[in-house]
Amino acid sequence: MQALAGVEGRAIPFGAKNVDTDVIIPAEWLKTITREGLGKGAFETVRAEPGNVFDDPEHAEAPILIAGDNFGCGSSREHAAWALLDLGITAVIAPSFSDIFSGNAFKNGILTVVLPQEQVDRLLEVAREHPITIDLETQTVTTPFQDRFTFEIDPFRKHCLMNGLDEVGLTMARGDAIAAHEASRVRHLPWLDNATEKAA
Amino acid sequence: MASKPRTLYEKIWDAHVVETRDDGTSLIYIDRHLVHEVTSPQAFEALRLAGRPVRRPDLTLAVPDHNLPTTARRDAAGGRIPIADAQSAAQLAALEANAPAFGIRYIGDADAEQGIVHVVGPEQGFSLPGATIVCGDSHTASHGGLGALAFGIGTSEVEHVLATQTLLLKRSKSMEVRVEGELGPGVTPKDLILHVIGVIGAAGGTGYVIEYRGKVFEQMSIEGRLTVCNMSIEAGARAGLVAPDDVTFAYLKGRPMAPKGAEWDAAVQWWRSLATDDGAEFDKSVVIDAADIAPSVTWGTSPEDVLPITGAVPAPESFADPSKQDAARKSLAYMGLEPGTPLTEVAIENVFIGSCTNSRIEDLRAAAAVLKGRRKAANVRWAIVVPGSGLVKRQAEEEGLDKVFLDAGFEWREPGCSACLGMNPDKVPAGERCASTSNRNFVGRQGPGARTHLVSPAMAAAAAVTGRLADVRELVD
Repeated sequence: MQALAGVEGRAIPFGAKNVDTDVIIPAEWLKTITREGLGKGAFETVRAEPGNVFDDPEHAEAPILIAGDNFGCGSSREHAAWALLDLGITAVIAPSFSDIFSGNAFKNGILTVVLPQEQVDRLLEVAREHPITIDLETQTVTTPFQDRFTFEIDPFRKHCLMNGLDEVGLTMARGDAIAAHEASRVRHLPWLDNATEKAA
Repeated sequence: MASKPRTLYEKIWDAHVVETRDDGTSLIYIDRHLVHEVTSPQAFEALRLAGRPVRRPDLTLAVPDHNLPTTARRDAAGGRIPIADAQSAAQLAALEANAPAFGIRYIGDADAEQGIVHVVGPEQGFSLPGATIVCGDSHTASHGGLGALAFGIGTSEVEHVLATQTLLLKRSKSMEVRVEGELGPGVTPKDLILHVIGVIGAAGGTGYVIEYRGKVFEQMSIEGRLTVCNMSIEAGARAGLVAPDDVTFAYLKGRPMAPKGAEWDAAVQWWRSLATDDGAEFDKSVVIDAADIAPSVTWGTSPEDVLPITGAVPAPESFADPSKQDAARKSLAYMGLEPGTPLTEVAIENVFIGSCTNSRIEDLRAAAAVLKGRRKAANVRWAIVVPGSGLVKRQAEEEGLDKVFLDAGFEWREPGCSACLGMNPDKVPAGERCASTSNRNFVGRQGPGARTHLVSPAMAAAAAVTGRLADVRELVD
C-alpha cells in the first residue's frame, strides 16, 4: 500500500445520498479475478446520463469525491474501492459511510473523510470551480478560501495510511498471541475446531 | 464477584478477543469463514504472491453461488454443461482450483449440498451459535439468526482471515430492536424486517450490531430468524443477532458439521449462557409494535422506501428532508411510478422467489400455499423459484412443492444467487417490474433498468397470481 500524507486537487461534487455499491460498480463488473480496470464500470448508471459530474471535463482526473450520507451502503464488494482507485480517486468526503465500505477503502489506501452535512454542502459548492486540500497529519480539509474543517480518524488507520502499512503482515507478526488464543479456545470451546472434517 | 451484565454481542465479542491495543482496536478470532467465488480470487492471489498458507483450512468452507447459472448443470450423460459467460466460468474455475490448492473443503456445483453460502452454512451446521462467522458478502449477517456474530467483509479482510484467522476490529455499538406483541395474519419475518428498515432507515444501524428481542423472535423459526438477520445490513448494521434457544438447538442437532455427543452437550451449555443478561445496557433501543406491521413492499430504490401493501406511492414533497425529496424523485422516475397510485394497482411482469433472504424450505412452503390450485396471471412473463440449496430443493420436491410451482407457471431452478443480483443469466429486463423476495431494490440490482419491489415469499406468490402487487391476506383465509 502507498503511503498517503494527504490528497490535493479537484473534487467531483456528486453529493448523492445512500450511494450504494451497485451504483459504484454494478455486479456485471464483479466477474474479474484481478483488481485492475474497474474504473470503466464505475458509476456506470450515473455516467449514462448526459451532463453527469463524472464526465464533466472540469473534474477530469479529480482525486476527491464528495457524496451524501451513507456512501458505499450495500454489498461488501471491495471492487467498489478498486473502481474508485482505478478512476484516480484517493479520498471520499461524506457525512457518513457504510461500515464495510470505509474498511475496504482504508485497506486500499483511500481516505474516507466524515464531515457534517453543512460542511459537505460548502465543499460541494467550492468544488464546482476550485480545488480542495485534505491533510492527513493535521486532519483538516481546506479550500482556497477561509474554510478549514477538521475531521476525526481512527489513530491506527491514520498510522497505517501515513506509513503505507500492510495489515496482514502486521497481524502475522502477532502469531504467538493468535496461537495462545487457539490453545485456550481448544480447551474451552473444543467443538469449534475441525469443522469441515466433522462431515467427512 | 458479580460481573457487569453483558449483552449477547458483548459476550461473543469478549470470548474472541486475542488481544486489545491501546487505541481500543481488538484482534478478534474468527471461528468460521465462508468463501465464494466473487470476493475471493484476489485474496488467494495475494496469499500466493506472499507465499502465505491458509492458517485454518478446517474452519474454512468454499461454495460457489453468485455466478452459477440456475439452469441444468449436467447433461444426460452426467457431463458438465459449460458456462457460456467466459468471465463467470473463469471466476468459478478459480475457486474450484484455489480451494484444494489451499486445503479448503469445497462444495461444488455438482454436490447436492451446494447452494447459497448463507443457506449452506446453517444447513450443514457449519454456522454455530456464539461463533464469529465471516464471508466476503454483506449478507453474512444472516447467520446471526443462530446467535452467531456474523458479518460481511471485503476481499482484503478475506485475505487477512485466510492468513491469520483473525480480524482487526473496533467494537460496534449495540442496538436493541424490540418487537412487542404478535405478528398479524399474513405478516412474515420478511415483512417485519422491511418494516424495521423503514423505521430506522438504510443508515440507521450504521456502526451498530442489532439484537432482535421480544416474544416474536422467540416464537420464530430459524428460517425466519435468518431472514430477519439477513437484512440487518439493509438497515446499515453489519450484524444482527437473535439469542440462541431451544429452537436453535433443535435446528442444529444432527447436522453434518455440528458438534456431536459430549461436545454437543458442552456446546449447548455454553450457548445457553450467551443470552443478554438482565440489566445489560444497549447504546440504542428501538421499540416496535408488531400490530403496526402489515405485509410490506418497497416502492423506491432504497430498502428504506417501504410501505404497507395497503399504502400508495408517496409524493416526494411528503418527505421533510430535502435530500430525501430529491432521492424520492429520482427513485420514482427510475421505478416509473406516479405519486398517489395505490400499491395494489402496480402491475408486475416478473416474479423471483429465492436469494439468501428467502429461499429456505419454509419460504417455499409459504409461497406454495398461496399458489396451490392457482396460476400466474397472463401479464406475468417470467416467474422463477430458486431454492437456496440442493438440499432445500430435494426436500421441496419430496413435499411436492415443485409441482405446485410448475402448475402455477413458475420455473423450478437449480440453487444459486440467481436474480438477486445481475451476475448470472437470471436478470429482469430493463423497464420491467419484479416482485422479488430478495434483499436489495437498488438501481440496476436485478439487471440494468430493472425495477425491483421487495416482498415476502407469500406476497411474491400473490403478485404472481394477480399480476400486480397484491395483499396476500385477500388470497388466503
